[in-house]
Amino acid sequence: MNLPFRVPASEPSAKGCVDQPILRERGQREVFCGLTGIVWLHRKIQNAFFLVVGSRTCAHLIQSAAGVMIFAEPRFATAIIDERDLAGLADIDDELDRVVNRLLDRRPDIEMLFLVGSCPSEVIKLDLKRAAQRLSKLHLPRVRVLNYSGSGIETTFTQGEDACLAALVADALPDTKPASLIVVGALSDVVEDQFNRIFAQMGVENVGFLPARHAGSMPAVGPETRYLLAQPFLNDTARALDELGAKHLPAPFPLGANGTTAWLKAAADYFGVSDERFALATEAGHKRAEKALAAHRETLTGKSIFFFPDSQLELPLARFLHEELGMQLVEVGTPYLHRQHLRQELERLPAGTVLSEGQDVDRQLDRCREAKPDLVVCGLGLANPLEAEGFSTKWSIELVFTPIQGYDQAGDLAGLFARPLNRQARLGGL
Amino acid sequence: MQLTLWTYEGPPHVGAMRIATAMKGLHYVLHAPQGDTYADLLFTMIERRNVRPPVTYTTFQARDLGGDTAELFKNACFEAYERFKPEAMIVGASCTAELIQDDPGGLAQALALPIPVVPLELPSYQKKENWGASETFYRIVRALCPANSNPSNRNPKSCNILGPTALGFRHRDDLNEIRRLLERMGVTVNVVAPFDARPSDIARLGDAAFNVILYPEIAENAGRWLEKNCAQPMTSIVPIGIGGTRDFIAEVGRLSGIDTAEILAEETSRLPWYSKSVDSTYLTGKRVFIFGDATHVLAAERMARTEFGFDVVGIGTYSREYARQVREAAARLGIEALITDDYLDVEARIAELHPELILGTQMERHIAKRLGLPCAVISAPVHVQDFPARYSPQMGFEGANVIFDTWVHPLMMGLEEHLIHMFRDDAEFHDGASSHLSHATKKAPMPDPVAELHPVAAVPLEAGWAPEAEKELKKIPFFVRGKAKRNTERYAHDLGLAMITIETLYDAKAHFSR
Repeated sequence: MNLPFRVPASEPSAKGCVDQPILRERGQREVFCGLTGIVWLHRKIQNAFFLVVGSRTCAHLIQSAAGVMIFAEPRFATAIIDERDLAGLADIDDELDRVVNRLLDRRPDIEMLFLVGSCPSEVIKLDLKRAAQRLSKLHLPRVRVLNYSGSGIETTFTQGEDACLAALVADALPDTKPASLIVVGALSDVVEDQFNRIFAQMGVENVGFLPARHAGSMPAVGPETRYLLAQPFLNDTARALDELGAKHLPAPFPLGANGTTAWLKAAADYFGVSDERFALATEAGHKRAEKALAAHRETLTGKSIFFFPDSQLELPLARFLHEELGMQLVEVGTPYLHRQHLRQELERLPAGTVLSEGQDVDRQLDRCREAKPDLVVCGLGLANPLEAEGFSTKWSIELVFTPIQGYDQAGDLAGLFARPLNRQARLGGL
Repeated sequence: MQLTLWTYEGPPHVGAMRIATAMKGLHYVLHAPQGDTYADLLFTMIERRNVRPPVTYTTFQARDLGGDTAELFKNACFEAYERFKPEAMIVGASCTAELIQDDPGGLAQALALPIPVVPLELPSYQKKENWGASETFYRIVRALCPANSNPSNRNPKSCNILGPTALGFRHRDDLNEIRRLLERMGVTVNVVAPFDARPSDIARLGDAAFNVILYPEIAENAGRWLEKNCAQPMTSIVPIGIGGTRDFIAEVGRLSGIDTAEILAEETSRLPWYSKSVDSTYLTGKRVFIFGDATHVLAAERMARTEFGFDVVGIGTYSREYARQVREAAARLGIEALITDDYLDVEARIAELHPELILGTQMERHIAKRLGLPCAVISAPVHVQDFPARYSPQMGFEGANVIFDTWVHPLMMGLEEHLIHMFRDDAEFHDGASSHLSHATKKAPMPDPVAELHPVAAVPLEAGWAPEAEKELKKIPFFVRGKAKRNTERYAHDLGLAMITIETLYDAKAHFSR
């Protein structure tokens, strides 16, 4: 049942899946919209508030996606558009001012407010950019008001974070310092601290994180800025950084021991860190990660896995599970495949892996049932129905909420995939 | 534009989904952008359904808006028919699709499918979830049930049970309880709808003599149509609580011609005795605040007064469609009802009234936790905790037992906490041996559902108490000490006093015992 684990050749094949044809589908997409990103972004930026300008559906979505986890008063809300707004009976600027005033009165701790566009606000062409500028004028210096769109017609799930970070970059101060490094993509604080320590040990200075934990401490950006992407879904943010002269350091994503080392190496190489110093900074972590991963190999090696598209983390996760844990990839679905950012991931995937982009959920379910994978990674809407059909599933949303990047989370990440199989084994008698 | 932190109801198309998901052999094609598919997880995660809701979404994107979203809808509709082969279909739009005005009803009709297709018009910017469920059920009944005004060949002792849906607050168990009750009375249940009904079952609703309306928010409109077009009378009493259930039995007796004396005599609920037993003395006169959907609020108001001996100090609902009934109930109590779907208004009212128990929804549970008040959940919006593994109806005599436990436990836990506090100087009661509540609170930030449910924890004295006053407070019997402390602090706050002295303590006592 379990194939013996073999460490893949240290030099992956030059091609992997780079030139692989991709199954592109355009049917029903069983995915969240970009508003969902608010659930983790509001935890990350501790004095920011996210105000969705949308419908009751938007409010209900965020509540349903987040409601089971959040018990205190959240730092997000929805300004629900009603028929008076649509009929033009109410002045939408006045309405928005009133709502924002009520909100800011209630929450004196807020220093940054995001107006978040939604499907209805996009369709009625509500100009939230202009509204944000107007409200900024009213509320600065206490509160800075920015805007981005998390609408389902434009963004899929994690793309909401991309849009938010792109708005932060557009608002960033120019950087006048010499070479600096920005790690882009929301990471949990514990992961951020670990990376910070490793960069310090490598002697890389001026490291910033986007988003920062506080609204007032977002990193500055300039032509000497180099950035590492910590998440694979940051297309617009990368473009905004490029426009300010910053340059991307291409790397695989920091998932697993190998992924993390390769990601750190990209920064080390640019900043001229010697091999010895790099080894000194990373070897212990790399070994710890390998040790933690070894504990999960018995469960995972040789098992087949099928990814439904969700967070765009699917390709890096597939690479990690294949390369470091010996899992067999049946189908790797992703909402979008950004070939440039994922080039090094594609190179490391085994040739012949079925890659799919977009979705037609009923057809994909047919393929999944046909393939009978040992483990299915899918959204919350599909997980219980698939479990009831006898599949083991991993909810993809947990991969976005849980700290999974870096050496000391590699074992936890493997554990997220091992647990459903473990559970299945324990509950086999039911 | 309304600022909304939490919403009591979803949009109306979620109400339509609750009907579609409750039924079998029905499929819902929803014109909606990607992202609206989140609604599936309400059913698969919160209710733990083991199949996907029977809903196909068009999931259009921005690039489709320039093209032909109408064609997209027609394709989705046709493919859904081909794949799922339903007996009937409902079609409609979510909030965004409503704005692009593609007319799903007309488009579906143009496909000329060989099954009934029921178009839904659910105005998302005016209406909400329960209205959407009610309208959808009404449209389905109207479209699929032939008008039949000849009641002569009906069994007078037969009824339909209308109202239970998917994602309903205890609907699964309420249905069991009431079905059993009706069967014990000798009433035959012809059709239950929408729960587990097929479109073909809707077509034979007219075979029953009368309709039992379990949840007026969902089924009253359909019931009225059946009353008019099929000459079926319907029940008007919701069987929650001892009084409610007795009245319901009497009403069913009148509608079916069954003698109810026997069934009333063998009533089995423990609530009447438990409420009368001396143990429950401390419940008498507790000040309660009630908020939720109208059906559960009205039932809770009656139970609170007449079956627990509470004082109802505040009452309200988010069901605007039933505002009148709730206002009338409030007027009988000489108070003003709070009709709102704004969570902040409810929070403000609770803070102002400072009740001793909140009977509310999951939202009020959050409020209660923040204000340190006991709370029991009586109504939707639903939470995963509202689908317990055990049998746990709200309706009928067993439902009354469940409600007794549900309402009393948060208060009992408070009492237990006071006892521990009272004996805290005894050797057995060192810090490490405190109740499970104080352990749970230490485990933050991970929310512990047990601690969540029983938010009455010992609150340390705030600054402002003079040492002698604090000593005096400790002499007050433990079971009223919390109340005395709160009242005194409130009194001091209202008078703007910086320091609470012994005099303040007794002034406050006099003030509140008016």
